[in-house]
Amino acid sequence: MMPLAPTHPSCEAAQRETASRLTRFLLPIGIFIVLVGFLAVGLNLNPREVPSPLVGKPAPAFELPLLHQPDKRFVPSDMRGKVWLLNVWASWCASCRDEHPLLVELSRNGVLPILGLNYKDKDEDAQRWLKKFGDPYQLSVVDADGRIGIDYGVYGVPETYLIDAEGVIRFKQIGPVTSELLQQKILPLAKALQK
Amino acid sequence: MIPELGHFALIVALAIALVQGTLPFLGAAKKIPGLVAVARPAAQGQFVFVAIAFGCLAWAFYSNDFSVLNVATNSNSRLPAPYRIAATWGSHEGSLLLWVMMLSLWMLAVSVFSRSLPQEMLARILGVMGLIAVGFLSFMLFTSNPFERLLPAAADGRDLNPLLQDPGMVFHPPMLYMGYVGFSVAFAFAIAALIDGRLDATWARWSRPWTTAAWVFLTIGIALGSFWAYYELGWGGWWFWDPVENASFMPWLIGTALIHSLAVTEKRGAFKSWTVLLAIVAFSLSLLGTFLVRSGVLTSVHAFATDPKRGVFILGFLALVVGGSLALYAWRASKVSPGGMFELLSRESMLLANSVLLIVACAAVLLGTLYPLFLDALGMGKISVGPPYFESVFAPLMAPAILLAGIGPLVAWRKGDGTEVLRRLRWTAIIVLAAALFVPLLFGRWALLTSFGLLLAFWILGGALTALIVRLRSRTGITSAFAGMLLAHAGIGVFVIGVTLVKSYETERDIRMQPGDTAGLGGYSFRFDGVREVSGPNYAAARGTITVLRDGQTVAQLAPEKRVYLVQRNPMTEAAIDAGISRDVYVALGEAVGNDAWTVRVHIKPFIRWIWIGCLMMAFGGVLAASDRRYRIAARRQDDASGADASVMRSGAA
Repeated sequence: MMPLAPTHPSCEAAQRETASRLTRFLLPIGIFIVLVGFLAVGLNLNPREVPSPLVGKPAPAFELPLLHQPDKRFVPSDMRGKVWLLNVWASWCASCRDEHPLLVELSRNGVLPILGLNYKDKDEDAQRWLKKFGDPYQLSVVDADGRIGIDYGVYGVPETYLIDAEGVIRFKQIGPVTSELLQQKILPLAKALQK
Repeated sequence: MIPELGHFALIVALAIALVQGTLPFLGAAKKIPGLVAVARPAAQGQFVFVAIAFGCLAWAFYSNDFSVLNVATNSNSRLPAPYRIAATWGSHEGSLLLWVMMLSLWMLAVSVFSRSLPQEMLARILGVMGLIAVGFLSFMLFTSNPFERLLPAAADGRDLNPLLQDPGMVFHPPMLYMGYVGFSVAFAFAIAALIDGRLDATWARWSRPWTTAAWVFLTIGIALGSFWAYYELGWGGWWFWDPVENASFMPWLIGTALIHSLAVTEKRGAFKSWTVLLAIVAFSLSLLGTFLVRSGVLTSVHAFATDPKRGVFILGFLALVVGGSLALYAWRASKVSPGGMFELLSRESMLLANSVLLIVACAAVLLGTLYPLFLDALGMGKISVGPPYFESVFAPLMAPAILLAGIGPLVAWRKGDGTEVLRRLRWTAIIVLAAALFVPLLFGRWALLTSFGLLLAFWILGGALTALIVRLRSRTGITSAFAGMLLAHAGIGVFVIGVTLVKSYETERDIRMQPGDTAGLGGYSFRFDGVREVSGPNYAAARGTITVLRDGQTVAQLAPEKRVYLVQRNPMTEAAIDAGISRDVYVALGEAVGNDAWTVRVHIKPFIRWIWIGCLMMAFGGVLAASDRRYRIAARRQDDASGADASVMRSGAA
C-alpha cells in the first residue's frame, strides 16, 4: 500500500497540528451522530398525532338536558372529585359502533365512569341505538345542535376526553377508542389521576 | 410458482451480494488475485438474479396474480396494463425492489465499463456496492418481502392509488431512483480510494463520468416529478417543499457540488478530502431520503404505509454505512496531503465558494425538513415548516452561487487575471443589467425582485455566452465537456427565468360558472360549455368543456375532469392545460354547486415551461460532459498503465 502522506519529523508542533486536523475531520461524523440520535427518537413519535389545545385546560362548562330524563340537566362540575370519560357519540356514526363494545365492557368493570355527549342526533334514534347496542353511559347529555361540540373542538364523532378530579382535560382521542389505546394510555393515565 | 421463483432469486442475490461484499476486499488486502477476480462475475450474477426477481414481480402484476399480497393491495384487474407494470414500484416493497434493481444495474455498468481500472480498485468498488446490496436485500427479505402470498387469493385487487395512475408513475420513480442509487457509484469509488489511500487526480477522473451520469438521472427524475405534480395535483404549483421532494433535492444539491469539486481534483489535484466528503454525503443523503420516506418520521404526500420495524432497520443500516464511512474518512482523509495552491481569484476559489454555498443551501433544506422532528423530539411542540421558510432561506443562498457561476468559466485555474475578466465581462454586464431592468416593463408591472431574478438569469446566460465567444476566438476548440458545462449553466438561466416570471406574473381565479357563462383572466376569456358524464377503464368522470378565447378567436378547447375511481372511491382532479412556450393556460374543475353550475379554477402561468426546459438543458449538458472524449482516451491509456502498475504492486508485495 502506498504511504498516505509525507511523514513529518516527529516534533511536538507537528503532532499538535495532526491532532487539530483530526478533530476537523471528525466533525462530519459528530454531526451525523447527533442527527441519528434525533432520528432514533423521531421513530417513536407520531407526526400525525396533533395535540389538542384543550389538553391541560379546564373542560369547557355547559348545561345540557339528559337523554333519558329531558327534564333534568347536567353540568360537568357535578363530576368534581372524580376522574371520568366524556365520549362524544351519535347514532348516525359508524365508527361509534366500532368502539361501542369496548365502552360497554369498560362500564361493566366500573373502573371509570363514562358519560356520553350525544352529538347532533335525534333523541329517539339515540335511545333506540343504546337499547340495541347497550348503554355504557352513566348518563348521556343531548347536544342537539352541536353548540357544545364547538367549545370542545369536536372534529368528528367519536371523540373521547379524559377529565380529572379538578375538571381538567388530560387526554383527548380523535376517532374511535381502540383496546390498545385504552390499555396503554387511557387506563394507566386514569389510574395515576385517581391516586 | 412465479412469485416463489422471484423470492428464491432474491435469496440467491443476497448470497451473491454477501460474497461480493467480502471476498474481493480480502483479496485486495491480501493480494490474492483469485479473490479479487470474484468481484466482477459476482456483480454480474447478482444483476441476473435481481432482474429475475424484478421480472417475476412485474409478471405477477401484469398477469393479475391476486394471490400475491402486494398485487392484491396495489393493483386491480381493470387497471390499464402500463399502470399495472408501474404498480410494481407503487408500494413500499416494490419500490425497494426497484431500488435494488437500479443498484444492480449500476453494478453491472461498473463491471462492464471499468475494464481500465486497476483490479484491486475495481474489487473494492464492487465490494462496497455489494455491501450496500446486502443491506437492502436483507431489508427486503426480512421486513418487506414483495412476494408475500395472500391465501386464499383475493378476487380482485384494491387498486393502485389513483394519484399514481399517470404516465408520470411510469417514468418518474425509475429515473429518480437511477439518480439516487447512482450516487452509490461515486460513494463506492470514494470509499475504495480511502481504503486504498489513493486519492488523486486519476481517482477523480474515474469517478467523474459516473457522478455526472447519476446527477443527470436525478435531474431528470426531479424535473419529471415536478412536472407531474404540476399537472396532476390540480393546484398549479410545481414545487411544494414537501419533505420527500426535499429528500430528493438534497442529494441533487450535494451532487452538484460534488461534480464541481471533482473537476478541481481532476484538473488541479486540490480539494481531495473535500471531494471525498461530498461523495460520501451525497449518497448518505440518498439513504437518509429512503429513511424519511419509509419510516414515517415525517408527514408527506409521498410517505408509504409504515411499520416501526422497518424504520429501525433502515436507521441501523444508515448509521452503519454513513457512520462507518465518515469514521473511515476521519481516519484516512486527515492524512491526505493538501493539494495544489491557488490564489484568491482563481477558478478553484470560485468553485470552492460555490460548493460551500450549495452545501449551506442543502443544510438549510435539511434543517427545514427535520426541524419539526427536532422540536418534537425535544418535547418543544409540534410545528410544520412551509414554503415561506424555504423560499426566504434558499433564494438568498442561490443568488451569489448563480452570480459566481456566470464568472467562473472565464477565470483561469490557479491564478486568475482580475482586469482581464473584468474587460471580458464589461459589455455583458452592461447589457445584462439593462435587459434585467427593462424586461419586466414588457409585462406591464415592474418589481425589484422580478428584475433581480432576471438579472441572475441573464447574468449566467451572458457569462456562458461570453465564455463561448472567448473560447471560439482563442481557437483552442470546444470539447464536449466544455459545451456540456455551458449548456448546463444556460439551463440554470432558463430555469431561473421561468421561476421568476411565474412567481411574478401568474394569475388565477376561482369562478362559479353555469353553462354558457364567460369569465376573463389575463387577456383570455373562458366560456364554460357544461359538464357531461364519461367513463374510463376504471373510473367515472365528470368532464367539463371550457373554450378559451382571445380577441374573439378560439385558442383552445379544454376538458378538465373530476374523476372518481371505482375501487378506492376518492375523487381526483385532472387539470386541463393549453401549453405554450410563453404561457400555460391551466383549468381545473372544482365542485358541482347545483343547477349545472360548477366552481372552476383557471390559472395563467407565464413561461412556466421554461422551468422544465431549463432542467432538461442541465441534464443534457451533463450527458455531453460525461461523454467527453478524454474519459474514453484516458480509459484506454490507463489500460496499459494499470497492467504495469498491478505487476509492480504484486512484485512489491512479494
